[in-house]
Amino acid sequence: MYTKRVIPCLDVKDGRVVKCVNFLNPRDAGEPAEVAAAYDREGADELVFLDINASADSRATQLEWVRRVAGKVFIPFTVGGGIRTVDDFKAILREGADKIAVNSAAIMNPRLISDAAEKFGSQCVVVAIDAKRRADNSGWNIFKNGGRVDMEMDAVEWAARAERLGAGEILLTSMDGDGTKDGYDLELTRAVTKSVNIPVIASGGAGKLEHFYDALENAGAEAVLAASLFHYGELEIRQVKEYLRSRGVSVRL
Amino acid sequence: MIAIIDYDAGNIRSVEKALAFLGENPVVTRDAAEILGADGVILPGVGAFGDAMQKLQAYGLDETVRTCVDRNMPFLGICLGLQLLFEGSEESPGVEGLHVLDGRIVKIPSEGGLKVPHIGWNSLQFPNRGRLFENLNENPYVYFVHSFYLQAADESIVTATADYGVQIHASVEKGNLFACQFHPEKSSDVGMQILMNFIKAVRG
Repeated sequence: MYTKRVIPCLDVKDGRVVKCVNFLNPRDAGEPAEVAAAYDREGADELVFLDINASADSRATQLEWVRRVAGKVFIPFTVGGGIRTVDDFKAILREGADKIAVNSAAIMNPRLISDAAEKFGSQCVVVAIDAKRRADNSGWNIFKNGGRVDMEMDAVEWAARAERLGAGEILLTSMDGDGTKDGYDLELTRAVTKSVNIPVIASGGAGKLEHFYDALENAGAEAVLAASLFHYGELEIRQVKEYLRSRGVSVRL
Repeated sequence: MIAIIDYDAGNIRSVEKALAFLGENPVVTRDAAEILGADGVILPGVGAFGDAMQKLQAYGLDETVRTCVDRNMPFLGICLGLQLLFEGSEESPGVEGLHVLDGRIVKIPSEGGLKVPHIGWNSLQFPNRGRLFENLNENPYVYFVHSFYLQAADESIVTATADYGVQIHASVEKGNLFACQFHPEKSSDVGMQILMNFIKAVRG
């Protein structure tokens, strides 16, 4: 039976996994390949790594830890952060990553999506979207540069455009929900899943078991992502999956 | 020694790394003599059917694969590497496949709310339990990424199927020729067991 996916997200800085209490104060939480292997053992379906200070200088470091993860963990994984060109895609995929997440670079240069999809296939192009509800409540805007710059573009329209350009998946983060533990933004998730035919990964706001269920069953997400909840062991992946199965959601256990 | 056929396909490194993790020392090559001299051969693949056939032919590897199969060498096709072993694909009309096995590759229908490509974990059924699936529980989960699927002409060679609106022929076995549509190299413990089973077949 085809399953919904539960995905832990790992923030990486200078080649180490970090736990961010807030953006300014990252704490070391281990070696990416070790943390990834632990999540694999717990039953994670995939992994998403976001390099939070990736730049041209740190590319070599990035390739190094991607290579180590790919030599140790045999589930699909996505790498995001600082990827700007088709050559960046190529270098990271060569090291064994399965998918690449692009955010700001795709906003600034949407052709990156189509070029990468044509060259490597849509299945490895994930468009990450940071969305925040507009003050007048008429919808959601997308932000770039880690949520710092309001692009004044509609998130649902951008998701549909990303699909037309060849994106294979949307990683949708609600900036309003992120860190609150009040649940995923179901309205946002629903609006996007209704406007695209590619899988949507819901992100931002998970705090309780019910939240995962709601995003998958009531908002049409194919996958649910969480970071701090899993890092701090507040919930375990297996626990989330057992809960989902108990409520009739097909998961890999 | 296992040879992984290098024809510029995408997932070669992942397959190589998985084998290395399992203690093998595979060689990635497009050299016919090296491939034919190996104990076992893997044909990986991600991408489009037509392009892949063209590349195999350009490197003269189509004949090499046929020779491997004729000699009954342990051979494993993965994903597109399974599809290429058959007659042809709806993905690339008019392009002939390697046709060492009978059957066609057809598009997964997008009706019924199921997304195409079929990306993610799905469980296997074993109509005939093949050697690749020894030491596995019933209905294990494996990782798929594909838009086209196999309809083998001879169902007696189908060792695993998966349900995705249609019944996908997910794995075949005929003599020492094995192939799977899913990615064992990305299927966690289950995938590692499947690759170990292939390694066992290679070691005889």
